Amino acid sequence: MPLLEIKNLSVAFQTAGGMFTAVDKVSLNIDPGEIVSVVGESGSGKSVAMLALMGLLPWTAKVTADVLKFDGKDLTTISKKNLRSIIGKEMAMIFQEPMTSLNPCFTVGFQLSEALKIHFGMKRNERRERAIELLDQVGIPEPQKRLSAFPHQLSGGMNQRVMIAMAISCNPRLLIADEPTTALDVTIQAQILELLLKLQQEKQMSLVLITHDMGVVAETAERVVVQYAGQQVEKQNIKGLFTEPHHPYTAALLDSLPERAKTKKLPSILGVVPGQFDKPKGCLFAPRCKYATSLCTSTPPEPAGTDMGRALCHYPLKDGKPTNYPEQEEVA
Amino acid sequence: MFAYLIRKLGVIAPTFFGVTLVAFVFIRLLPGDPVLLMAGERGMTEERHAKLMAEFGFDKPILVQYGVYIQDLFSGDFGTSIITKQPVFKEFFTLFPATMELSFVAICIAVFVGLPAGMIAATKRRSVFDHVVMTGALTGYSMPIFWWGLLLIIFFSGILGWTPVSGRISLLYYFEPVTGFMLIDSLLSGQSGAFKSALSHLILPSIVLATIPLAVIARQTRSAMLEVLSEDYVRTAKAKGLGRGRVIGMHALRNAMIPVITVIGLQVGVLFAGAILTETIFSWPGIGKWMVDSIFRRDYPSVQGGLLLIAAMVMIVNLVVDLLYGLINPQIRHRD
Ligand SMILES: Nc1ncnc2c1ncn2[C@@H]1O[C@H](COP(=O)(O)OP(=O)(O)OP(=O)(O)O)[C@@H](O)[C@H]1O
Ligand SMILES: [Mg+2]
Repeated sequence: MPLLEIKNLSVAFQTAGGMFTAVDKVSLNIDPGEIVSVVGESGSGKSVAMLALMGLLPWTAKVTADVLKFDGKDLTTISKKNLRSIIGKEMAMIFQEPMTSLNPCFTVGFQLSEALKIHFGMKRNERRERAIELLDQVGIPEPQKRLSAFPHQLSGGMNQRVMIAMAISCNPRLLIADEPTTALDVTIQAQILELLLKLQQEKQMSLVLITHDMGVVAETAERVVVQYAGQQVEKQNIKGLFTEPHHPYTAALLDSLPERAKTKKLPSILGVVPGQFDKPKGCLFAPRCKYATSLCTSTPPEPAGTDMGRALCHYPLKDGKPTNYPEQEEVA
Repeated sequence: MFAYLIRKLGVIAPTFFGVTLVAFVFIRLLPGDPVLLMAGERGMTEERHAKLMAEFGFDKPILVQYGVYIQDLFSGDFGTSIITKQPVFKEFFTLFPATMELSFVAICIAVFVGLPAGMIAATKRRSVFDHVVMTGALTGYSMPIFWWGLLLIIFFSGILGWTPVSGRISLLYYFEPVTGFMLIDSLLSGQSGAFKSALSHLILPSIVLATIPLAVIARQTRSAMLEVLSEDYVRTAKAKGLGRGRVIGMHALRNAMIPVITVIGLQVGVLFAGAILTETIFSWPGIGKWMVDSIFRRDYPSVQGGLLLIAAMVMIVNLVVDLLYGLINPQIRHRD
């Protein structure tokens, strides 16, 4: 049985300009101990999907799902109280922005031991001991001293380590890391990533690693989900994805990796992820796709089979070429 | 923290000097002089007028008068009332407890009602409660104190007859002041009914005085809370699985309090200004009423000394608020 089961999760935000679908029918199964990576550009709904799972979206968000199960428990019907006993304990999340994700008014020690208090009812000195142990685990020097520090007294990298310590404090079975290194220096990024992988190994947690960095994906994940404008456009295991991407978007992402560059100048994908007011009618990637035809701009595609990475494309790529592609004269 | 305090004190000295100047000049800008007003309808001869003016020192050039005033201040002399012949300092501190009691109760009402109201309004945004609180706050804020006070008197004292119209306590009771706070002294006196009488005298004026600060605090708390509720760290707190009470009452509130504390501090200044009107409406024997009376009598020394002492009180309160601010906001505390 998968630890996490998501089927057709959608999130729409109520905005001044009407409803905006930020996540569109996303499905994801995660087995115990597995690492899955979710990649996609900024604005593709990676964070929103995971926040919806954790029940952390603001009231303007309308979340729907056919299945949303954690460890067999249906999260769509669960009571608020029972949900609170899962999140933070069995399912924890690390956020994108370490500097703003910690409360400036409370010490590191206090924030670190809160979850221990409410989930395990630990006594004050037990909590202190565990907090020191956790800070040590995430590689913070002099953990005793750090307990009384406030977040603004620590660097971004240190704060992110504290966030990680907080997330793993109750030994969660699923850890969602939402771009845990995006806001950090390049040198620190590698350290934090290594730390996460080490902890995942030690604790045998499942890990969802959200990133927009294909390089990070290559180093860490077993399975990859590529998300674009709220939709999953491709799902593959890591090897398949790098050797044979089936969706033109995935291919374009890979082409923009420095180590895979075929030319001196790195190709970048022109344009940006469509937002609320410029959502195309057909395939959402069509305006930026070099293979787009009139079919692409008029009709949304259906996902291809598993052999084609469930690519959400009318002409999924095979050996770098679109399949069933119309003759030249038919191309729009 | 220490450097922070020193810096604050550095601002106070020039402010204090400014107040002496304003107090001195403004009272003299009013038409009519004290001696003429003392004589009243009867009038007086030129010679007698000149003699009295000389006695008070009002015949000297204005700069000399100011010099004498400042010189006296430095030796701790706040002047002597030309009406009662009492030292201004002494008069001030005889009346101050009454104003203090009224202001203290008013700020308590404002904080203990305004803070929760703003908090609940923020967490239940766009609910009926939110709309009621915000409309109430806007009304309270824009209501003229004078009119509001009279309205309450007409209704509760006039029509319902529940509360007395003026003073601090019924004339039936008398006891020596111990703390100067009528509520406490009446309890200490052990006279039955004294406390109830003191309370019924205090209730309307303190509500009137609390109205504007309450409205401001409620609105400020709501907006600070709304801002804080969308912060990342509030989401982190929820992600730990903390209950709503802990997320809002601790993680959000602590941060929302930072701007609210500042506003509460500023309201104390507003409160003293409001006290002048409120005390006049309710004949509350405090500083406010005394200041008004002194102005009408052109009692220059009382007005000058009184303003200065009021300013000192406001500055002390603001200093305390600044210290509180440092305590609640670790980022300030660690800056120096
Ligand atoms: N509270 C909200 N109200 C309205 N729209 C929102 C809200 N939160 C996110 N969105 C929108 O949802 C879309 C997806 O945002 P999301 O934060 O999930 O992107 P992301 O893939 O995590 O990007 P990034 O790499 O920048 O983190 C964006 O267009 C964003 O503007
Ligand atoms: Mg994100």
